[in-house]
Amino acid sequence: MSLLDSSLWEVIVASFSPDIWKELITPIGETLYMTVISSLIVLVFGVLLGIFLTVTSPDGLLPLTVPYVTAGWIINVLRSLPQMVMIILMIPVARLIFGKSYGTNACIIAIAASCIPMYARIVESSLLEIGKGKIEAAKSIGSTNAQIIAKVILPETLPGLIRGFTVAVISVISMTALAGMFGAGGIGDIAVRFGYQRFQHDRLFACVYILVILVQITQGIGNLISNRILRKRNLL
Amino acid sequence: MSYVEIRDLHKTYDTRGEALEVLKGIDLSVERGEIYGIIGFSGAGKSTLARCINRLETPDGGSVKVGGVDILALSKSELLQERRKIGMVFQNFNLFDSRTVYRNIAYPLEVSGFPKDKIRERVLETAELVGLSDKLGAYPGGLSGGQKQRVGIARALVNKPELLLSDEATSALDPQTTIQILDLLKEINKKAGITILMITHELDAIRYSCNRMAVLEEGKIIEEGTVAGIFNNPQSRTGDLFAKVFAEFQNISLTEGAGI
Repeated sequence: MSLLDSSLWEVIVASFSPDIWKELITPIGETLYMTVISSLIVLVFGVLLGIFLTVTSPDGLLPLTVPYVTAGWIINVLRSLPQMVMIILMIPVARLIFGKSYGTNACIIAIAASCIPMYARIVESSLLEIGKGKIEAAKSIGSTNAQIIAKVILPETLPGLIRGFTVAVISVISMTALAGMFGAGGIGDIAVRFGYQRFQHDRLFACVYILVILVQITQGIGNLISNRILRKRNLL
Repeated sequence: MSYVEIRDLHKTYDTRGEALEVLKGIDLSVERGEIYGIIGFSGAGKSTLARCINRLETPDGGSVKVGGVDILALSKSELLQERRKIGMVFQNFNLFDSRTVYRNIAYPLEVSGFPKDKIRERVLETAELVGLSDKLGAYPGGLSGGQKQRVGIARALVNKPELLLSDEATSALDPQTTIQILDLLKEINKKAGITILMITHELDAIRYSCNRMAVLEEGKIIEEGTVAGIFNNPQSRTGDLFAKVFAEFQNISLTEGAGI
């Protein structure tokens, strides 16, 4: 059903029809798959990269100017690329790894390349928020740098890391939708093929609902967990 | 030889090309088992001096010896081992908010690789010493300032150090709590024979707890001796000033029963 020949209300009503939602089950699965896998990759590498930046920074535990500046520069370059450009750029890389340049897995590479640098910066700023005094205390106790990172910095900044990860996951979701345009399947694919190319606005609306719900759930879970930790620690 | 021996200690900070000399040749001897006070106005270099003793700051020149060990000559791993023998308490407590009181106190033992049952034994023992046995499951966020500092002290003591560096440990506390914490430090000093180096700008704290003291001004020790000697017969301007402030303070608070 299209807005061209039907009223807004009719389109909205049609967007809840079971037929449409039945067809959306597979795309939803694809979107969830891309989101979960990409988010896990972003989590692991973003945290590692964020730790690296914090530790090697001039005020860090182990200042290393050249690696710090180089990593910062690479991150800035990757972050200055719009998500769409990143997807196009990663096509040959995906072909190299998976043997084909389209599809769900191919897109995960582009999503990772785009969202890891972003989350790394968020991790960096979260980690830097820890009071210098706590690190000094840990040092005075005779902790090694690895112990300071694992036992002090990460646990102390956990609520901030979780909130930052929520932002990253939402960014991943939006990018999976964009990737739909480039053969990744998922909700974005439906929105483009039916909503844009065939004027089936009822399907487009259904896609919008799903994306809104996904983002709301993500944000809700992130807030819930981080607030629960803060409350447990009597910091809220 | 004294337990802590500092000779001709120099430290200069380089802030954006501008050299700021914080310690200008400090000589200090602290005997084993005493509570030694270092007093000075803010910016006098007190904290830097304390941080040079466990090498949180690296001095530019001079020597620091603790129990005969040349702190500045230690390798990185030796330094970690040595730091475990020097406890430190801070003005802002610097507790780990992600850990319960129990796990805060246990932290130094975890770091040193103690087995779990040994950790438990030590933590319970130390918590009892500082009077926190009923707070072990609480998080620092829910504690009062005095309780937080007790956790800080327990954490500094759990490794059974021989030296305790107290960097303005009572400066963030109200007068009553200050007395309680100072009493605790005195008790620890007496019971366990731990040498305490007390850095503070509070006259009260020094007079209440210390045997000997030094007055630090602009990176130099301008006066040194017994607490009674310096208060009764100050030789320096700062010492004089402190004594005057103290005399006034004495008239107000002692008669009104701050408990000193």
